[in-house]
Amino acid sequence: MVVTRLNRIDAAFERLKEDKRSALMPYLMAGYPDTETSLKLLVTVAEAGADLIEFGIPYSDPLADGPTIQAAASVALRNKVNTDTAFDLVRRARERTEVPIILMTYYNTLYRYGLDKFASNAARCGLDGVISPDLPPEEADPWRQVAAKYGLATVMLAAPTSTDERLKKVADASQGFVYCVSLTGVTGARTSLPSNLTDLISRVRKVTDKPLAVGFGISLPEQAKQVSDIADGVIIGSALVNLIGQNGDKCVESAAAYISGIRGAMDS
Amino acid sequence: MQHTLPDERGHFGEFGGKFVPETLMSALDELEEAYTRYKDDEEFRADLDFYQREYIGRPTRLYFAKKLTDHYIKAKIYLKREDLCHTGAHKLNNTIGQALLAKRMGKKRVIAETGAGQHGVASATAAALFGLECQVYMGEEDIKRQSLNVFRMNLLGTKVIPVMSGTKTLKDAMNEAIRDWVTNVETTHYMLGSAAGPHPYPIMVRDFQSIIGFETREQIQEAEGRMPDAIVACVGGGSNAIGIFHPFIGTETRLIGVEAAGFGLETGHHGAPLSKGDKGVLHGSLSYLLHDDYGQIMPAHSISAGLDYPGVGPEHSYLKENNLAEYGSITDEEALAAFKLLARTEGILPALESSHAIAYLEKLVPELSKGDIVVINLSGRGDKDVQVAADALGVELW
Repeated sequence: MVVTRLNRIDAAFERLKEDKRSALMPYLMAGYPDTETSLKLLVTVAEAGADLIEFGIPYSDPLADGPTIQAAASVALRNKVNTDTAFDLVRRARERTEVPIILMTYYNTLYRYGLDKFASNAARCGLDGVISPDLPPEEADPWRQVAAKYGLATVMLAAPTSTDERLKKVADASQGFVYCVSLTGVTGARTSLPSNLTDLISRVRKVTDKPLAVGFGISLPEQAKQVSDIADGVIIGSALVNLIGQNGDKCVESAAAYISGIRGAMDS
Repeated sequence: MQHTLPDERGHFGEFGGKFVPETLMSALDELEEAYTRYKDDEEFRADLDFYQREYIGRPTRLYFAKKLTDHYIKAKIYLKREDLCHTGAHKLNNTIGQALLAKRMGKKRVIAETGAGQHGVASATAAALFGLECQVYMGEEDIKRQSLNVFRMNLLGTKVIPVMSGTKTLKDAMNEAIRDWVTNVETTHYMLGSAAGPHPYPIMVRDFQSIIGFETREQIQEAEGRMPDAIVACVGGGSNAIGIFHPFIGTETRLIGVEAAGFGLETGHHGAPLSKGDKGVLHGSLSYLLHDDYGQIMPAHSISAGLDYPGVGPEHSYLKENNLAEYGSITDEEALAAFKLLARTEGILPALESSHAIAYLEKLVPELSKGDIVVINLSGRGDKDVQVAADALGVELW
């Protein structure tokens, strides 16, 4: 069982590689704009062309996130969404989709829940991996051991400020793919891509053969296209969350249209 | 016993560490390297000594509080007068040290978080003195409580940025400062104000503040020919406490940290993670903190903005866990009573933060023997708190 789960991410990247395509990886937040809609979004976005999905647990103090994700987290927390809600949503989504789902959560939510219990429940509900933006490789050993036991991928982050030595450490500790943070800053849609992105990608390529996904700041179809030319995955978070926030009752349709638009641009 | 922690990765036992986004990891490494290089550097030490003496006004007095001693009868009470430091609190000990370091690291901009405004003013002061650009993040709630300090920072050339997220207090100001640092890490030094945060901040801030303890050791030896029986200090993030405790860790002297019990520990509205919290990760290190069953950080409460924080520095968690220090708590009401008591007995208005340490005498003195010596770290002066105190005491100012 364990092997199957880890393979959902690996299999997705294998398949994409054969097709010479990059992965489209949208980010959604559990419980945003509300619990049931976030479930619909999970399934619909997968059907609209997402290859992997990042699913965020809302957190009270998201210090790597910009205003969009912060505001969404406040809404979700007001909706009484917690770690168990997120697990339950993934379990229900699994009845309808096999898309790899990776949980995005700050380390305190893992730690407080209990690392073993967290990994066990995450694996049981059908999650494939976990990204924790404030857990660098130096502190990750306890979590990595537990995650390995339950067959969850531990995705680590690489940043433009990382030294080559650190990039190696990050890439070695990362499973499934390496999350490359495109810019020096917090999450949030930007109008242009940072000029040194190519440099970061080539520096990470030098230390690993693992797939590289790029996130932070990507919102427009042409940006997604540019990134897909140099990386194996394109992560879109704040732009999608913004769109969901702005479209009320129509947010599921809008999200689907947006994702298929991005998919189209990436494949063109 | 030699207290040699943390280990090379910044761990005090299971506490401490570096839990930050990857973007900041190289900056923390760079800071650690610079700090390690300069802390024993002769020229750096000479600079630091010079500013501590000539600018901050060190050594601060260890004042025998005779009237307070008469009030409590049993114990001999000394006050370590950090309130007499330039800018009115111990905070400048740290910001001068960090500014000297930032200059050497070639950083031209500094940022800081502040609760009561004391660390903000100390950062703005050091920035003005050393010609650094400075921005201070302050919760909107605290800006209301401490508007005079906001104006002081503006006069010193610092821009104060109101923080509207979360509880709009110190915790959120720290989140926002970290977000700024993540964005501007290449040009900016984060002048963290407490012995908290990711490694190396807890040791760096502790070291800059431990001059309080080293002076105390000499001064009490001079005055009494022996070490004190107890040292009492308030604990928010815990920098004044770790500063005065540090040279005494593992000795016979009882070290007592006093947290904010707010409306009372049983009400859930307090700032006492060591008394009522659990282990977790906040602002880059593992320590005791206030959070719910899912790890969502819970709002703290204290009448004193400087103690209104749901976390605490990791070394305090270690000291507590290993019985190397004890931690108690004092309510808003008890702190206010001590604020008035010190004003009337000694003619000194203590900061509401420090008032928590003074208030603890009510609990401590009954446990002591006649002639026992107690040192209280009077970490700041209370002028900034007059408005808050007036409101709490139901007095209308005109």
